This record gives sequence, structure tokens and C-alpha cells, in this order.
Amino acid sequence: MDLNLTAPFLAALAKVFAGPSVRWVDCQPDTCQRVYFANHTSHLDPIVIWASLPPDVRKVTRPIAAKDYWSRGWFRRHLARSLNAMLIDRDKIKVHQSPVDLMIREIGDQYSLIVFPEGTRGHSDSGQIREFKSGIYYLNKKRPDLELVPVYMDNMNRILPRGEYLPVPMLSRVVFGPPIWLEQGETKNDFLARARQSVLRLRDV
Amino acid sequence: MTLLSQIFTLIAQSQSVHLLDGPTGVLLGVVIGCLLIATAAGQILKRQPDSSVNPAIVQAFIHRVRAWWLMTAILAVTFLIPTPIATVILFGLISFWAMREFITLTPTRLGDHRTLFWVFFVLTPAQYVLVGLGSAHYELFSILIPVYGFLFVSARIAIAGDYKRFLERVAKIQVGLYICVYALSYAPALLYLEQWKNTDYTTSAGLLFFFILIAQLSDLLQFVCGKLIGRNVIAPSINASRTWEGFFAGTGVTAIIGAALSLTGATPFNSWQSALMSIVIAVMGAAGTMTMSAIKRDRGVRDYGTLVEGHAGVLDRIDAICFAAPVFYHITRYYFTTLAG
Repeated sequence: MDLNLTAPFLAALAKVFAGPSVRWVDCQPDTCQRVYFANHTSHLDPIVIWASLPPDVRKVTRPIAAKDYWSRGWFRRHLARSLNAMLIDRDKIKVHQSPVDLMIREIGDQYSLIVFPEGTRGHSDSGQIREFKSGIYYLNKKRPDLELVPVYMDNMNRILPRGEYLPVPMLSRVVFGPPIWLEQGETKNDFLARARQSVLRLRDV
Repeated sequence: MTLLSQIFTLIAQSQSVHLLDGPTGVLLGVVIGCLLIATAAGQILKRQPDSSVNPAIVQAFIHRVRAWWLMTAILAVTFLIPTPIATVILFGLISFWAMREFITLTPTRLGDHRTLFWVFFVLTPAQYVLVGLGSAHYELFSILIPVYGFLFVSARIAIAGDYKRFLERVAKIQVGLYICVYALSYAPALLYLEQWKNTDYTTSAGLLFFFILIAQLSDLLQFVCGKLIGRNVIAPSINASRTWEGFFAGTGVTAIIGAALSLTGATPFNSWQSALMSIVIAVMGAAGTMTMSAIKRDRGVRDYGTLVEGHAGVLDRIDAICFAAPVFYHITRYYFTTLAG
């Protein structure tokens, strides 16, 4: 059970390195089943969001992470295991082999998820958010009871940019916003655009 | 006061502490007394139902007094530990945090990433290690950052291969390193001064305490005098609350208080020397506040802590100390010790 020892240590380490100031805007921390979806600029993103949650919420929240990065080497594998991360193979994503089914199977009726619908890390310097992949749409369609909580992360791309392996300890910002759901009769593209807007809106609060 | 001094002497003797000696104890006693009065005043002002004083100002005052309590407590605790190392580590952590606030609010580019890693994890600790090794290493710690650090930063950014706004980026990192790390490290370095010309003076803890006290007081007095009699704002677009009248009156009052504090014997200065040193600290402190305000205006933020919690950050509290520390250290070392040779 190295999970219990490493997890609080990791949370503390993430706070020291990324110094996130956490805000909840029209949303409160809750252990109910949620999908936190965020903009993605750094490999530290899942750890920092996870560390920004209160401990009891942290316990039931699993980040989704890229298998090709997080299963390389003993250290990253250990980290991923400590975070109880769900590793998704990005190369094998196909229409008939959707990771959404895997996610739904793994979360059961207990766990929440941290996902990055951009699919890959956005352009670091511009700070823009890419178009969202359709995963969260199908996720919410199959499990309409899940609350989709938008999360905006600021400055992470400067703490650990693309292609770097040593983090620089700057301060960051994590904003949790009001949950959204798939509306009746809403098309996939409308929903994904709305989800992306809900993250972008948090940038200026 | 004699009772307080006796108590502190007793505490000091009982733990064979050499940092917190009698005179420093008296100075600490005076400060704690003043803080008690300030706390009481804040509470009385707060309880006033229809006070003529703006409640926001009262709240700001109470926050400020709380920050001073914290500063005093931290310094008192580090003085109780019978080695200056604790104080050096404390200031090292403050530097680290201030540097991180500075760099967070200063746009850097991807090409600066590895340079910043060096700045945070090599240059900053190295500076404080050298300070902690004592005044024998003055020659090295006083040039480490301005010579080796600055040359390294510019070359390292050049090697990274991104020429866009090159000079600007180099300057930003150098200024941050200079103010947050190099300048601040002179404050704990005061503890290592020795070979006093005034042979009655044996300790340096009182010197650091005196320095921080005067820096904070001059900051406050310049602000208060500016509110009371200020007419001509020095630079309205930089800092709207700093006036020439406030600057001169505040510096004058600081000098008088500084002269009075020399009676505690916590510093190697006689009263007129103490007054002059207080003026130096007050002038440099004002320069620091104005400079850091200019940087803040340029970045469009009110406080360095904006990204943190929406109130003032570490850098907002230490801007005066950062500018005054190297000058205060140098003058003290040059004129009051035989170290300068």
C-alpha cells in the first residue's frame, strides 16, 4: 500500500512546485460523481488539479493520463499508480474501440474523473485552447448523471513546458466553474463548443 | 524596560544563546510594546460604531499590524536558535518565494525555462550558502550574482536559441535575481559582521532587528505623513500615495526614532550615526517601494500576490528591505568594522 504514503506527499509536492491558488466559482467541492474537464498545457496538469481538490474528494477522483508518457519508466509508472490514474492509449483510439467505455467501466458508481478534452497539450506560448474531442460528449450521453465541471488552469505551461523535464516553481491558478450537462436535443458540436466556452470563461473571473 | 531587559537577558543566559542578548532583548521589548499598542488601537478603531475613520483603512491597518507580529515572532524565534543559520535559511526561503512571485508576473518565453531552473535551484541556494559561510566569504557572495550569475543568465538564454526580445528577457531575470535574491541576502549577512571598531559591541542580531524595524517604520511613516500633510505626489502614475512631503517628513521622524533606538545599545551606532543610518534606510526603502511599484504598474497588477490570493504578496512586504539591505550592510561594514581593511 504505497498509495497512502505517496499520495499526500505528491499533493504537497505539487503545491510547492506549482503553487496553485484554487478558486471555486459557483461550484463547491463534492464527492459526488463528476467529470472535471480542463485545458491542457503541461504534463503536471493532472497532478495539480488532483492536488487542488480536498483530500476526501481526491480519494475518489482519478485523472486520465496518456499511456505513452505515464507508463515510461519506473518513476512515472509509480506516480500514475499513486494518483490512481487511468492510463489511456492515445494511439489506439478508434471509433469502435472508444476509451469512453473503458472510463465508464472503471469509474463504476464511485469515482470521478479528470479529463483533458483537447486530447493533447495546447500550444504553450499562445495559451489558446484547442477544439474539444468528442469524448466528454459520449461520456455524458451514456452517463447523464455525471456532473461536468469545467476547470481552467493558468501558467502551468511555464512551470513545466512541452519537451522539458525539470519544472520551474512558479505560481499557478486553478479555477473550478459551475457544472454543465448535455441539454435535451443538443448536437455534439454545439455541446463541445459550449463546454470549451465554459472553460474559457473561467480565464477572466 | 529594565525589567524586560533583565527577563530577556535571563532567557538568553539560560540557553547560552549569543544572538538574543540584552540590548537586542530591549529592542525586542520596545517593538512588542509598540505592537501591543498598535493592536489595541486597531481594535478600538474597529469597535467605534460611527467612526470618522474609513473602515477599509482600519482593516488595512489591522492586516499590517498582523504582518508585523508575524515578522517579529519569526525573527524572535530565529534569534532564539543559537546559530545564525536558521535566519539565513528563513531569508533564503523568502527569497525563493519572492523570486517566484516576480517571475510569475514577468512574461518569460519557453527559451528561458532552463535558465530559470538554474536561477531557482542553483544560484539562489548558492548565494545563501555563501552568506551562511560567514563574512570571510564576503568577496565571493558579494559578486556571485552580479558577476557570475548575470553573465551566466545572458549566455544561457542565448544558447537556448530564442532571440526574440532577448535583452528584455535577460534584464527581467537579472532584475528579479538581483532584487529578490542578491539584495535580500544582505539582511541575514548582517548577522555575520564582526571585528567592530566599537569594541563594546559584540553582537549582530540587534543590527538586523534594528534594520528591519527602521525599514518597516520608515515605510509606514512616509505613508502616514503623506496622508496627513502630503500635497505633491512624486509620480502619480507609479504610486499615487507617495508624496514628497510624506517622504521628507517620514524620513525625518524615522531618523529621530532611529537616534532614540541607539540608546538600547542594540547597534554599534551612537545617536547621530544611528540617525544617519536610519535616513539611509528610509531613502533606500522609498527607492525600493517606488521601483517595485513601477514594475507592478508595468505588469498591470496592484500587488505581487494577485495571482496568489488577491492580497499583497511577499514581495510587497519586502520591497523596502531589498533595496536598503545591501547599502546598509556596506556602510556598516565599511565604517564600523575593521573587516574592510
